[in-house]
Amino acid sequence: MSVVRVRGLNLHYGHQQVLRDLSLAIEKGEFFVVIGPNGSGKTSLLKVLAHLLKPAGGSVELLGKPLFAYGRGELARCLALVPQQMPLDFPFTVRETVLMGRSPHLGLLGVEGRQDHALAREAMDFTGVRHLEDRRLDQLSGGERQRVIIARAICQQPQVILLDEPTASLDPAHQVHIMDLLERLRQEQGITVVMVSHDLNLAALYADRLLLLREGEALTVGSPREVLTVGTLRHCFGCEMLVDLRGLDGIPRITPLPGKYLPR
Amino acid sequence: MSASPSLRARQLAVSLLLALLLAAAGLLAMVFGSSGLDLATTLTALWAPEQAEPTARAIVWQIRLPRILLAAVVGATLSLGGLVFQALLRNPLAEPYILGISGGSAVGAIGGMLLGLTMFPGVTVAAFLGSMVTLALVLLLPASRAATGKDSLLLGGVMVNAFCSAVITFLISLSQESTQVHHILFWLMGDFSMLKSEQLPILLLILPCLALIFVMARPMNLLLLGRESASALGVNVQRVRVLLLVATSFMVSLVVCQSGLVGFVGLVIPHIFRQLLGSDHRLLAPACVLGGGAYLVFCDLLARMLSKTGEMPVGIVTALIGAPLFIFLLWRARR
Repeated sequence: MSVVRVRGLNLHYGHQQVLRDLSLAIEKGEFFVVIGPNGSGKTSLLKVLAHLLKPAGGSVELLGKPLFAYGRGELARCLALVPQQMPLDFPFTVRETVLMGRSPHLGLLGVEGRQDHALAREAMDFTGVRHLEDRRLDQLSGGERQRVIIARAICQQPQVILLDEPTASLDPAHQVHIMDLLERLRQEQGITVVMVSHDLNLAALYADRLLLLREGEALTVGSPREVLTVGTLRHCFGCEMLVDLRGLDGIPRITPLPGKYLPR
Repeated sequence: MSASPSLRARQLAVSLLLALLLAAAGLLAMVFGSSGLDLATTLTALWAPEQAEPTARAIVWQIRLPRILLAAVVGATLSLGGLVFQALLRNPLAEPYILGISGGSAVGAIGGMLLGLTMFPGVTVAAFLGSMVTLALVLLLPASRAATGKDSLLLGGVMVNAFCSAVITFLISLSQESTQVHHILFWLMGDFSMLKSEQLPILLLILPCLALIFVMARPMNLLLLGRESASALGVNVQRVRVLLLVATSFMVSLVVCQSGLVGFVGLVIPHIFRQLLGSDHRLLAPACVLGGGAYLVFCDLLARMLSKTGEMPVGIVTALIGAPLFIFLLWRARR
């Protein structure tokens, strides 16, 4: 069953068309990564899926129901968003932040109960931030903070989790740690992972399928081996890249080739 | 198991403690004043008015109690108002007057005074209308494009306040009588000495606003994460923002038109409690109401005590104590 189904999606910012006649289906339990150059509409697509932007045309269905038919709370119980950045000017503690994931499950006057605290602890254990639970968010490193936000998303008990460049500005070990967490989430809980990433190599390692966007249009959708070819990458990024298939299990390894100023 | 006490327990503890503080401040303010009453006389007048001597009864029931009530309500409203605006605008410098309430109500009040209206109801009503007009301007003008941009609201408020202060200075320069200027200056600094006890029932209108803000405390937490994160966590951002803006502005206008522009409470009390209690608005809202009330009752007592000649605007005392207190807390937090 398709968890997310998009048909003929069009999105404008003013007169500028950001997404153009985009159609795609994401299957349950899939690890789906959206790649593409800066300004190709990746983040906008994610925001449309989270119902933060209203498309000008086309339809979006989540779990077989049109997205616009969801109430805010109902949507937040099905779908969690891990944004690229979060403001720290009014810092909450780690525990408070993770518990916020329970918010869509509480009524207007509800207070987090025993069950909610248990779920928050479970989520913090899962992402390895339990020992930080009394620390404030502004006292954490980037990698720790990202794991806190993922714990909050887990706490929402969603079926789909959307992430906007969750590994940006992290060192390689933390990048792999985050990706492993998401893969484990997918395997153990059957959560569908939809991610925007600039890291073609990480995407190739973890994704079941990739969507390559260029100027708001879907260039190709398919397995990493199908999408990450020399020709497609040149066409999409306008840059020569070396694609090496001799590494891990034949997963493509991408190296952008340096410009003419680097002596070789 | 988590070692930290539950939210409900913390709410209860904080509320009890601050309620005691408020009661203590109220009792002090009841006992001390230009005509000294001892504790026993005051308590008798309070609990068994029929047994008390008439002067003590009159001082307690007709002079001090209404004034203490007004100070407590004003302190509570301004502190809570500051807390809400800081969260809504996501700006730690926000205070309850920031959306043009101070400018508008001041123009209304001063206009009323220059027209020779009585303080109550004339000037009070004029001040309230003034703040409602400016508020409508600030809220509706940017609405055509970016009603939800926090900075457009903030800028609108700052501009309206700047314009109003020019009007205020102009109006003051028109005034010839020195007693009138004196009245105006007192109003601008916040003053409880003109109080009439029949004003007090109007303040009951604040209660529904308080209730709404308390209910909205959890969504307010989520608003601090930014518009998109809050939406993704199930908050109807637009609705929550509009409700909070309207309720808060309304209750702040209600107290401003009674008391003038008591400064600094709405800025410093929320920050003091943020330093002490963290960022959860479900804890901060009751703390600001009780703590802000206690603080202003205490400041008003000092204002009465410090000026032997008669009256000193309470707004002077709020800043004289509040600023050093806050700087101390900041300094302690940094260490």
